[in-house]
Amino acid sequence: MLPLFHPLMQRLDSDFDIDQDDVGFESQDKDIIPAKHAYEVDFTVYSPEEIQGHQDKQIAEVSNILGQPPEATAILLRHARWNKERLIDQYMEKTDEVLERAGLGDTADAHPPRLERIPGFVCDICCEDDADLDTFAMICGHRFCVDCYKQYLQTKIKNEGEAARIRCPGDGCNRIVDSKSLDLLVSANLKDRYQELLTRTYVDDKDHLRWCPAPNCVYAVDCRIKDKDLMRIVPTVHCECSHFFCFGCSLNDHQPAPCSLVKKWLKKCEDDSETANWISANTKECPKCHSTIEKNGGCNHMTCRKCRNEFCWMCMGVWSEHGTSWYNCNRFEEKSGHEARDAQARSRQSLERYLHYYNRYANHEQSAKLDKDIFLKTEKKMTQLQNTTGMSWIEVQFLDSASQALQQCRQTLKWTYAFAYYLARNNLTEIFEDNQKDLEMAVENLSEMFEKPIDQLQGLKVEMMDKTAYCTKRRIILLDDTAQNLKEGKSLVRSLVLVTCTNQPLGQWKFNVTLP
Amino acid sequence: MSTKRIMKEYGECVADTPEGMKINFDENKITKWEVLLDGPDQSVYALPEVLSVSVRQGGHFKLEISFPPEYPFKPPVVSFKTKIYHPNVSNDDKGSMCLGLLRAEEWKPPNKVVAVLRLIQTLLIEPNPDDAIEPSIANDYKENYKEFEKTAKEWVKRYAK
Ligand SMILES: [Zn+2]
Ligand SMILES: [Zn+2]
Ligand SMILES: [Zn+2]
Ligand SMILES: [Zn+2]
Ligand SMILES: [Zn+2]
Ligand SMILES: [Zn+2]
Repeated sequence: MLPLFHPLMQRLDSDFDIDQDDVGFESQDKDIIPAKHAYEVDFTVYSPEEIQGHQDKQIAEVSNILGQPPEATAILLRHARWNKERLIDQYMEKTDEVLERAGLGDTADAHPPRLERIPGFVCDICCEDDADLDTFAMICGHRFCVDCYKQYLQTKIKNEGEAARIRCPGDGCNRIVDSKSLDLLVSANLKDRYQELLTRTYVDDKDHLRWCPAPNCVYAVDCRIKDKDLMRIVPTVHCECSHFFCFGCSLNDHQPAPCSLVKKWLKKCEDDSETANWISANTKECPKCHSTIEKNGGCNHMTCRKCRNEFCWMCMGVWSEHGTSWYNCNRFEEKSGHEARDAQARSRQSLERYLHYYNRYANHEQSAKLDKDIFLKTEKKMTQLQNTTGMSWIEVQFLDSASQALQQCRQTLKWTYAFAYYLARNNLTEIFEDNQKDLEMAVENLSEMFEKPIDQLQGLKVEMMDKTAYCTKRRIILLDDTAQNLKEGKSLVRSLVLVTCTNQPLGQWKFNVTLP
Repeated sequence: MSTKRIMKEYGECVADTPEGMKINFDENKITKWEVLLDGPDQSVYALPEVLSVSVRQGGHFKLEISFPPEYPFKPPVVSFKTKIYHPNVSNDDKGSMCLGLLRAEEWKPPNKVVAVLRLIQTLLIEPNPDDAIEPSIANDYKENYKEFEKTAKEWVKRYAK
């Protein structure tokens, strides 16, 4: 797969410390590859075969340099956490020691691992002392009965998923159980699992590789974003299996909020779950006639069946104000100073503030699910639509696109509320809130149309496609603006030097929490 | 499950119980030990204002050590049954501890329960805020020790009499 090139990355790549390793970023293609947005990062998705290929290539390369057979080289590389430069350096400097530590030394050749019976032996793990007890020890001399040794390895491999770096069971001993000992002790039924884990270490040991966290997905993603840059960029990657996830923390895509804010936010939500529980409830009372209203779609525009009152599910305010410039549903109004003078009032206000953001965060999460339910129902009906209208399958795909856009935009909106919760007010906040508002209005419009009866959908096709495109556009604008300002990071100097080609107001986000 | 091993460890613990600890052992249920522990004198968990020197001063804590079926390949599980204000003990109904030896990655099968008991005692005297299960308590301990001490002592009076 071709690594994509990103112009903004080039401007910043000295800061991002991209290492030119085996799969480096080549810049010769930059002119022919389209520019990406500020919130996008470069990444490559690899299949298990490609990963195996990389491993084999590295093994062959190092095997040549060291003059060791490939099997031994593989052991050495795993032992060195796939850091080939360090392995080669150390090997050149102290060959015997390196071999010895990986269990490949002369001693291992002269004394291949074997089971022994030792008179008077008591196993320190199971406390058995039978005279015919088979025992095992590595060169470090920590001897245990063979059953305990096997049980120990099995626990490590099966339950803890370790393979290449299992330590000697001896108290305080850090010697790694070498592969020859493992061959002797690992039972046949564990060998497959063990081999699989060995292969996995290649990805686990490389900072720039990560397994896709989707269940049963076998792909790995290569992305050269360093941990220290995670405050300045949110590296969402897109796996072949179609899963969007964050390369920094493996959670589902959480743009525009940086990983550390996400972590803080999730922790807060967990701690405060009781306070917030009642909110995500699916029923509320109509603010006018107090009859119970149930939400069964993603759209926030509610109409009371009884009194026909139209209101917003989020703020319970009149809906008619939501389509106009009065729309203020996303913004939390800080109360003026004198209203919050005592501690109780302050703590109430801080709870209100949290609930404002949590409410909207949870609501988009819930609405995304409801939108999806509706889509699944609609999909069934699409077949009918084809029959009754003569539209082709391709022609009804606009519903699928609309559904996808809704999911994605709501996912983004959801995280804008966590992001906004941690924002300290400055000149950028308002721009952010305007972007948020625009996207939210676009989404609610599309969502509302999406719930229309099936027989009206055909006539709405063009309008719906327009609205879908508009939602996507608003999302890109929001993410782009936020990401650009995030990249400005802490240094003002950089923003003056580097970013000159944009008419968006630039500056830095100010957060009301301390972040790494 | 290794009955032989647990019985042997119990024998060793009785012969060499760390000071201020008492183990209640039920032969019908050898995988759950109840441990009664007095807050060490040097710690904030000693019961204050007890004048008689002959009376042990510690706050009285009850904890449970349970041995998982995989023991000793998995570490024993420690839980405080008495509420305690401590950065390394979870402030919930489980009162669990999860650091050092007690973590699966750190535990080695030859390690013994008596080492766990000693670890608990050491942690009562000197909590480890850098490996805390309760970040807010750890923060108190590090940045506002006076406040930490006050709360810890209040809790001893309230829960650990
Ligand atoms: Zn044994
Ligand atoms: Zn050893
Ligand atoms: Zn995947
Ligand atoms: Zn992340
Ligand atoms: Zn009503
Ligand atoms: Zn509203």
